[in-house]
Amino acid sequence: MKKANFSRRGVLKTGAVAGAGLMLPTYLRAESHTGFTNAPTGDTVTFGFNVPQTGPDAEEGLDELRAQELAVQHLNGEGDGGMLSTFSQKNLDGTGILGKKVNFVTGDTQTKSDVARAAAQSMIQKDGCIMINGGSSSGVAVAVQGLCQEAGVIFMAGLTHSNDTTGKDRKANGFRHFFNAYMSAAALAPVLEKAYGTDRQAYHLTADYTWGWTQQESMAAATEAMGWTTTQNVLTPVGAGDFSSYIAPVLNSGADILVLNHYGGDMVNSLTQAVQFGLKGKQINGKDFQIIVPLYSELMAKGAGSNIEGVYGSMNWNWQLQDDATKAFVKSFGEKYGFPPSNAAHTCYVQTLLYADAVTRAGSFNPCAVVEALEDFEFDGMGNGPTTYRGSDHQCFKDVLVMEGTASASGNANMVGYDTLKIVEQTPRAQVEYPEDHPMFAGGALGDCNPGA
Amino acid sequence: MLGLTKKDFSLFILVVALTLLAPIILNPFPVNSSLGQTFNAGYPALLQRFAIFGILVVGFNILFGLTGYLSFGHAAFLGVGSYAAVWMFKLLSFNIIPAIVLSVVVAGLFSVVIGYVSLRRSGIYFSILTLAFAQMSYALAYSVLTPLTNGETGLQVYPSDPQVLASVGAPSAPHIFGLPMAQSATWSGGGWVFTFEVGYYLCALMLILAFYLSIRIFRSPFGMMLRAIKSNQTRMNYTGLNAKPYMLRAFIISGMYAGLAGGLLAAMDPLTGAERMYWTASGEIVVMAILGGVGTLIGPVVGSGVIKYLENIVSKINDNVLHSALRALPDGLENFLVNIIHPFVGEGWHLTLGLLFMVVVIFLPGGLVQGGQKLGAMFNRQSGNTTAAERDAARQTPSKPAE
Repeated sequence: MKKANFSRRGVLKTGAVAGAGLMLPTYLRAESHTGFTNAPTGDTVTFGFNVPQTGPDAEEGLDELRAQELAVQHLNGEGDGGMLSTFSQKNLDGTGILGKKVNFVTGDTQTKSDVARAAAQSMIQKDGCIMINGGSSSGVAVAVQGLCQEAGVIFMAGLTHSNDTTGKDRKANGFRHFFNAYMSAAALAPVLEKAYGTDRQAYHLTADYTWGWTQQESMAAATEAMGWTTTQNVLTPVGAGDFSSYIAPVLNSGADILVLNHYGGDMVNSLTQAVQFGLKGKQINGKDFQIIVPLYSELMAKGAGSNIEGVYGSMNWNWQLQDDATKAFVKSFGEKYGFPPSNAAHTCYVQTLLYADAVTRAGSFNPCAVVEALEDFEFDGMGNGPTTYRGSDHQCFKDVLVMEGTASASGNANMVGYDTLKIVEQTPRAQVEYPEDHPMFAGGALGDCNPGA
Repeated sequence: MLGLTKKDFSLFILVVALTLLAPIILNPFPVNSSLGQTFNAGYPALLQRFAIFGILVVGFNILFGLTGYLSFGHAAFLGVGSYAAVWMFKLLSFNIIPAIVLSVVVAGLFSVVIGYVSLRRSGIYFSILTLAFAQMSYALAYSVLTPLTNGETGLQVYPSDPQVLASVGAPSAPHIFGLPMAQSATWSGGGWVFTFEVGYYLCALMLILAFYLSIRIFRSPFGMMLRAIKSNQTRMNYTGLNAKPYMLRAFIISGMYAGLAGGLLAAMDPLTGAERMYWTASGEIVVMAILGGVGTLIGPVVGSGVIKYLENIVSKINDNVLHSALRALPDGLENFLVNIIHPFVGEGWHLTLGLLFMVVVIFLPGGLVQGGQKLGAMFNRQSGNTTAAERDAARQTPSKPAE
C-alpha cells in the first residue's frame, strides 16, 4: 500500500477546482420559468401513455394503448372522430388542443410500481409530457399518481379498481374515471338479492393484497346489509395458479355462494377449478350453489370461456351498450382494429378526451387550471350516461353495469369474452354513490394541486 | 495514489470522470432531433438509476465475483433498505442522512441473519436458500406485513405522518440539509440541454465511494482470502482456516451495499413497494453482473448500465419512432426494416437483452469487459492493460453461468 501524499500545491489546486465546480450551478441556474412543468412551447403537446406491455396484464395494457392512439387520432382530426361528436362538450374540433397537435410517447409499466415510475419519470423529464394516462393495477396507479403529484403533471388513471386510488391515496393532480370496489358491491347487491334471495351463506376467496381486501370488505358489507351471512373469508396468495386446496373446503362449509375476489389470471384459474369441482350444479341448504365474480373484464371472460355461464359480476362499461356514444366508439375502434374495445380501453380513451376538453375549457395546460376545470365537472355522451367528476376526491360517479356470463351468442371464437358477457342491469348512479369520508375511503387528503416548476 | 496501484488508480479516475460527466456524455444528441428524442439517456431519473444499480451490482460482485457464492436473493436487501429509508422519512423528516444510514444498518442486520443460515450450504443450495429467503421477504411485504409495508400499494409518505424532526419550511421532498434532491441546474447551448441534478450527484458520489471501497477490498488480504474460497474451499479448510467468517463478512458487506442502493432509491423517489424484492429483481442483479463481467472491477457498473439503458430507452422505441427515424428510405424498404426491428424494441426489449446475454455468455464469458479488452487488444498489440483480477475473472467465469 502507498501512503497518500498531500502537497500544499495539490491541495490548493484541488480546492480551486472543487470550488469552481460548486460555483458552476449558480451560473447555470438562470433558466426561464413558465409557471408549470413541461409547458408546451412549440406547436405540439406530448402525452405519456404508461401501460403494461409485458407481464401478466400485458393484453389489457395493449388494448388500452390502442384506445389511447385512437383518442390522439380523433383529437388531431384523423379518423371519424369517435366520441367527439357525442360528447356533451363541443370544444374539441379535431385541431389538436388549443391549436397544438397532440403527440404521444409510450412506456411499459410491466405492472411493477418501480418500473412504472421510471417510465413516467422518463416521460416527464425526457419527453416533456404534460399528462400521464394509463395503469392496469391499483398499486401502479397509486405509485404513478404520487409521482405526478410531486412532478406537477396531471395523472388520468386508467384501469384501477381499488378504493384507495381515490380514497386514502387520492391526490390533487390525479383523476379516476373507472369505478371502484365499493361501487361494484353496491351495484351487485340488489341484483343478487333479486336473483338469489336474502337468506344466503357466502364464502369468500380473496386475493391477499390491498385490492382483494377492499373488494372483499365492500362485498361483505353490501351483502350482509341485505341479510346474507359471510361464513368465511379465506385469503389466497396472488398468482397461486392452483386453487383446488382452497376450493375443496367450500363444499363442506355449508355455504351456498362462493365470492371470488380475484382478478386476471387468478380469477380464470379459481373459477375454472370451482366449476371443475362441480360447485355450480350442487344443491346446498335446498338452494342452487352460485358463484359471483365482483369485477369482470373481457379478458378474464375470454380466459374462463364457458365457465362464466350464469356468474354475476360488474363492469365500468361494455361495448354492447346501445347509446350513441358507445356505438360511435365501438365503430371507430372496430374499424381500426377489427374487434370491439374492452372496458379498460374505454376508460383510457375517455380519460384522454376529458383531459383535452378540460385544457380547452381552462384555456391553459397549467395543471392547476385543468384540476379546476375537471373538479365537479358534469358531462354526458361518453358511454356511461350523465357523469360527474367529484371535486372532493376526483372520482367519477356514473352508472355501473351488472353483467352475467352467458353462452357465446355468435359462436365466433374470437368473440369469446366480448359476447359471453351480457348486461343484466344498468345500476343507476344514485345507488352507488357514497360520501367522500366513507370509512372505506377515509384517511386521505387531496392536498393542493401542484403545477411543478 | 489513494492506496491504489497505478492501473487501479487510472481505472478509478476513469469511473470518477464518467460518473461526473454522465449528464453530458449520455446526452450526445440535440434535444429536439429524432436521435436525441430516442437515444438520449441523460435525464436525472435514469442517471440516478445507473448510479444506484451500479452500487448494487458492485456490492453483489464482492460476494459473487470474489467468493463465487451466487446469491439469488439480493433484491431482498435492496427492498429492506428502501423500506427502512421510507420509514425514516415518515417518522423523522425528509432529510436523507438518517434514512440512508438506517437503510444500510438494517440491510446489514438482515444479511447477518440470512447469511448465517444460508452460508451453511454452498453452491446451488446456497443460491436456493437465498432465493427462498428473498421470496419469503417478498410475500411478507406484499401481504402479511401490510401494516408495516402498505402491501401492494407500496409505502409512501403522507402529509399526516409525524415527521418529528421536520423543521418548518423544510422542503416536502427528500433533501440533504435543506437542499432538495430534485433541484437541478440546466445548461443549454446550440440545441443541447444538459441537466445537473443534486440527487444524481449524490448518487454519483456514493457510487464513487462504493467503487473505491470495492477496489480496496479486491486488493486487500481479505479479498485474497475470498478469492481463495472461490478457487478451492476444501483446500482452505485443510490448511486449518475457517472460511465461514470471511464469507459471512463478504455477504454482509454486499448486503450493506444493497441496503445503500435501496436507501438511495427511496431518497431519490420516496416510495417503495414489495416488487422491489421479487425474485425477478434478484435475477436481474445476477444478469447485470454476468453481462458486465463477474469478478472484474468495472464490469458491474457496465452491466447495470447496459440493462437499465435497454429497459428505459429501448423499451420506449415504438413503431412511430421507427417510422420517423427511417423516413428517408423508400416506403417499401422502410416498412420492411420496421417489421424486422419491431420485435427487438418497445415491448420486445427483453428479446434484445436475451440475445445480448446469450452472445456474451457464449462468446465473452468474462462479460462485456472482456469484449472491451479484446477490442483493445486488437488495436493495441501489447494487451498488458488487463489487471490480474480481470484475467482471473475471464478464466474462471465459464463454469458460473451454468448455475
